[in-house]
Amino acid sequence: MVEFALPKNSRPTAGKSWPKPEGAKNLREFRVYRWNPDDGQNPRIDNYFVNMDDCGPMVLDAILWIKNNIDPTLTFRRSCREGICGSCAMNIDGTNTLACTKDLTSISGAVSIYPLPHMKVVKDLVPDLTGFYAQHASIEPWLKTDTPQPEKEWGQSPEDRTKLDGLYECILCACCSTSCPSYWWNGDRYLGPAALLQAYRWLSDSRDESTGERLDFLEDPFRLYRCHTIMNCAKACPKGLNPAKAIAQIKNMMVARQV
Amino acid sequence: MDQSPAARENRRPLSPHLQVYRFALTMAMSIAHRITGAGLYAGTLLLAWWLVAAATDAASFATASWFMGTIVGRLILFGFTWALFHHMLGGLRHFVWDLGYGMDHPEREYLAQGTLIGGIVLTVLVWVVAYVVR
Repeated sequence: MVEFALPKNSRPTAGKSWPKPEGAKNLREFRVYRWNPDDGQNPRIDNYFVNMDDCGPMVLDAILWIKNNIDPTLTFRRSCREGICGSCAMNIDGTNTLACTKDLTSISGAVSIYPLPHMKVVKDLVPDLTGFYAQHASIEPWLKTDTPQPEKEWGQSPEDRTKLDGLYECILCACCSTSCPSYWWNGDRYLGPAALLQAYRWLSDSRDESTGERLDFLEDPFRLYRCHTIMNCAKACPKGLNPAKAIAQIKNMMVARQV
Repeated sequence: MDQSPAARENRRPLSPHLQVYRFALTMAMSIAHRITGAGLYAGTLLLAWWLVAAATDAASFATASWFMGTIVGRLILFGFTWALFHHMLGGLRHFVWDLGYGMDHPEREYLAQGTLIGGIVLTVLVWVVAYVVR
């Protein structure tokens, strides 16, 4: 359902302005979305000032600095700090990306940080990704074969292997799906860019033998065809992949098997 | 306050979306494509009125022609022309994308810019020609 406004309980209010760190000369302002499941209040936007002379270059460094030096209750996911785990995906400066690979010098002025858009919030910058993972599971992201198992591994030529480039690199951070207005309005029925890019990864695999069943599952007005080529996914992907293109290729496969 | 897991889950807010997402040209053009598409319904009604009036009698046609000739009428027609060209070029852009071309950076930006500029240029061109010929 298209609903432009946020529900009443979800509208952020002005939050706390935390004091500037003493003695710091090089300050940077951060406006961070906060929500506490325990106090019954609406979300709020807290203001923090980070001493940049004491902080690393990435957005993740800054929010870790806030957590370590100002407010230990600030909650977010992070793990690898090098763009391969996908945990620290959030909306930074208006665009979904990974906090660990987002350079602070690429942002002008105060840095706004929100959770991934149009998701249920567990706490602060942590969204509930249960549905997102279920959608990934629904495209059956594993090799499906009918022919008897070979004695060694399933063979694949280097040429066929290159068909997976630009697809296998996806880290399921959810930046693309939660950037997509179609996913915002129909995320319960539309699979979204991430799950569809993964679906195309298995459709492109020369070893996979269930192309027909995979396409049957996707042939649906919502699961696949809610993509209206808005392109937010391709612009958001922190790994430089192109889910919109993968979706277009699936649509082409649908046409190709009809003619 | 009820702190059971179910109650806490029910309280979860929806994170901001349109309110915070930075607008990009491709995103704006997608919305413009929909708005101009809806606008074409109204424009087509106007066209139908003009045709029906022409088929009815001279007085009806004179009324319709008078309205189209007023400043308001011309503004509406100008908007209709733009919506038509913008939506048509948008349709061609989507056709190219559906074939799997022009989806990478920066081609997708060029296509979006081309649609925007092309729609305006064609609209102005048609009106200049119309005024010159008249």
